Amino acid sequence: MFSFIIQRLFQAVIVMVSVALIAFMLFQYVGDPVVFLLGQDATPAQIRELRADLGLDKSFVVQFWNFLANAVQGEFGLSLRQGAKVSRLIAERLPATLELALVAAFLALALGIPMGVYAALKRGSWISQLFMIISLLGVSLPTFLIGIVLILIFAVGLGWFPSFGRGDVVQMGWWSSGLVTAKGWHHIVLPAITLAVFQLALIMRLVRAEMLEVLRTDYVKFARARGLTNRAIHFGHALKNTLVPVITITGLQLGALIAFAIITETVFQWPGMGLLFIQAVTFADIPVMAAYLCLIALIFVVINLVVDLLYFAVDPRLRVGKAQGH
Amino acid sequence: MNFKLAPLWMGLSATMAMGAASAATFKWTSASDIPTLDIHSQNNALGNGVHAAIYESLVYYNSRSFKIEPILATSWTLVSPTLMRMELRKGVKFSDGSAMTADDVVFSLNRGMAKTSNFGIYAQGIDKVNKVGDSTIEIVLKAPNPVLLNGLTELRIMSKAWAEKNKSVEPKDIKTKDESFAHRNAMGTGPFVVESWQPDQKLVLKSNPNWWGKMEGNLTEIIYTPVKSEATRVAALLSGEVDMLLDPSPQDLGRMRSNSALQVVDGAENRTIFFGMDQHRDELVNSSVKGKNPLKDVRVRKALYQAIDSAALNKVTMRGLSQPTGTLVSPQVNGWTKKVDARYAYDLEGAKKLLADAGYKDGFEVDFACPNNRYINDEEICQAVTAMWSRIGVKAKLRTLPLVTYFPMIQRYEASIYMLGWGVPTFDALYSLQSLVRTVGAGGDGNYNVGRYSNPQMDALVERIKKETDTKNRNDLIEKALELSHQDVSHIPLHNQIIPWAMKKNVSLVHRADNRIDWRLVKVN
Repeated sequence: MFSFIIQRLFQAVIVMVSVALIAFMLFQYVGDPVVFLLGQDATPAQIRELRADLGLDKSFVVQFWNFLANAVQGEFGLSLRQGAKVSRLIAERLPATLELALVAAFLALALGIPMGVYAALKRGSWISQLFMIISLLGVSLPTFLIGIVLILIFAVGLGWFPSFGRGDVVQMGWWSSGLVTAKGWHHIVLPAITLAVFQLALIMRLVRAEMLEVLRTDYVKFARARGLTNRAIHFGHALKNTLVPVITITGLQLGALIAFAIITETVFQWPGMGLLFIQAVTFADIPVMAAYLCLIALIFVVINLVVDLLYFAVDPRLRVGKAQGH
Repeated sequence: MNFKLAPLWMGLSATMAMGAASAATFKWTSASDIPTLDIHSQNNALGNGVHAAIYESLVYYNSRSFKIEPILATSWTLVSPTLMRMELRKGVKFSDGSAMTADDVVFSLNRGMAKTSNFGIYAQGIDKVNKVGDSTIEIVLKAPNPVLLNGLTELRIMSKAWAEKNKSVEPKDIKTKDESFAHRNAMGTGPFVVESWQPDQKLVLKSNPNWWGKMEGNLTEIIYTPVKSEATRVAALLSGEVDMLLDPSPQDLGRMRSNSALQVVDGAENRTIFFGMDQHRDELVNSSVKGKNPLKDVRVRKALYQAIDSAALNKVTMRGLSQPTGTLVSPQVNGWTKKVDARYAYDLEGAKKLLADAGYKDGFEVDFACPNNRYINDEEICQAVTAMWSRIGVKAKLRTLPLVTYFPMIQRYEASIYMLGWGVPTFDALYSLQSLVRTVGAGGDGNYNVGRYSNPQMDALVERIKKETDTKNRNDLIEKALELSHQDVSHIPLHNQIIPWAMKKNVSLVHRADNRIDWRLVKVN
């Protein structure tokens, strides 16, 4: 067990360093922030001086080493655009992204599972066909298009929901929440739906396929033979077994929700980390970009690590190979 | 019946409220947020415009005439060519109620000249600032500076006591570990005070009860919410969530103009778009011409100029939203005259002949670089011009880049022909001449002359304009310099940008040539 964890942690560290290196290499090509910091009136001498002050004149290896050394301590320096600590900026934006991702994940599960079950049980009915068409659209339409169409219909056309922003937020310690005010909920509806559509479609198709699979198994047939009600068979036995892979996928997809919130956040001006990242790209704000990419990589690595460990705990087959000494 | 009455009653109350100059909230949006609230830190056009609501300068441009008018200074006299004495307005208070004195002014001007400030350009030539009395200051110059007042419009006044108390004596420095207090807070004398600011989300300004001036408009609250996505920004205006959109995208303008609830106000910006050419290298990079630089030949430059159909550019590419020009500054800038604004005529045959005379009968290949997200239709303009040049045999190899990589690239002198748009915050042509046509040198000389044009005659003219204090002589010199640039074809001017603002019908305001809103004049009915 111990060696398994060590091995996984070691792999995680390698992944993190590689991501940091790739991210750092990319930044050599995004542009020179110095010109934007100093404006159009800067003299070459001022530019040289600032480059030296920021350490941009040092060699790549030295710059990367300094970056890593600070990153390990959670320090990514000052945002070149806003002059504030990057760690603080990220901490300010994290709640918005997490709340959006969680609401979207909830929506996807709460709608995706029943829709999938229905589509599996009532195969061929017109509602099932409709669900399948919706899910096909959901996986194939790009997120920004869904967002803009929703804005056009529900904000501009009907005026039911606001088109941008997070509404009123309440500060609870360092966490700013939009989920405790009516306006906050009003604002989260459209972005959450936009972000949820893809996951919803995915979960629905997964549940449907798994459910069809399970319904063909012997124990379901036995249950039927024993005269159990359809309800007990479908929900008591079949659905339970269907949900195991769904939970795994959902867990892994939570990382994707957080990472892919970039597009949704840009369309709805949702003040989360994704928007922070996009704005950083426009201004070649390297410290913010680096911190964001490392954080996203960290989220994925941690989720994968947890899933691996859970498998280890759940699946005895994984343990057999490692536990030969006993 | 109640349903029919309700709108009437609402209309009535609205009329009554209007009579009493009703208090109004103004919500507006554009693509990005202001970088900071610190008035002496980052020299950013949007930021400076917003700062003007909270802080005031000694003098400012009148929004209608664009003449300099007194704000915190009431009068000024040039005691000698290098000494300006200014009387300060009496009874002005900061928003915390404390009185503004000469100490605050001396402090603020020095703060703007600090090493960590980007506002040094506006304080060029100032040697030191002295307090003479409680409401009199003296500005000592290193050399005569005819555009001193223009520079002072961008140097705003902050409370000295407040800055000292909050450890914000120096503008924020990128090297220091964390942000300064003045980055997120403000203490000025302007018509508004900061209620709250969440960067990239929302900036709320409220009326300053201690303001000395008189409001012409009726705003009591200003809410700015930057929205990055173009489509969402337009949607926010269409759905009525904001009152005004500072930067509508060209493709949406038609729809907004035809919307009965909206209006689009077009205003000329003092920004001129032009092409520059590498006139320094002996052989151009990536050109078919080896061993010499065709762009060094004035006939070639003129041929490129005359091959551009500016009327077609204006009509087709810009959809009428541009003022074609033959010079490097726009009409709002001091020094512009009708005479220098005249273009060389569009003349394909003449251009071909000029090229043949210069020895390039069959044209040549040349590198051509343009930004693709900086100016209105920048990429489309360059594509159109590439096609126009191909008619005289010049094969421009167009490459378009986003601004973050484009500007460092041209500043390394890597482009043979490049596009640049030059705005003039001082509203005086010296700002353009010094940066664009003066030979590259020290202290701002030629800092954006990235084609490295160099003419000793021009340099002499620019040096004289820097020092000449007699307005008429000086304007004559500026005209001469602009004419020389025209004769030399130092650059190929295209047009002055026109900037549309989109807003609800019930908003009335003045479109300023520096793309700023004058908060004192905005009325929401």
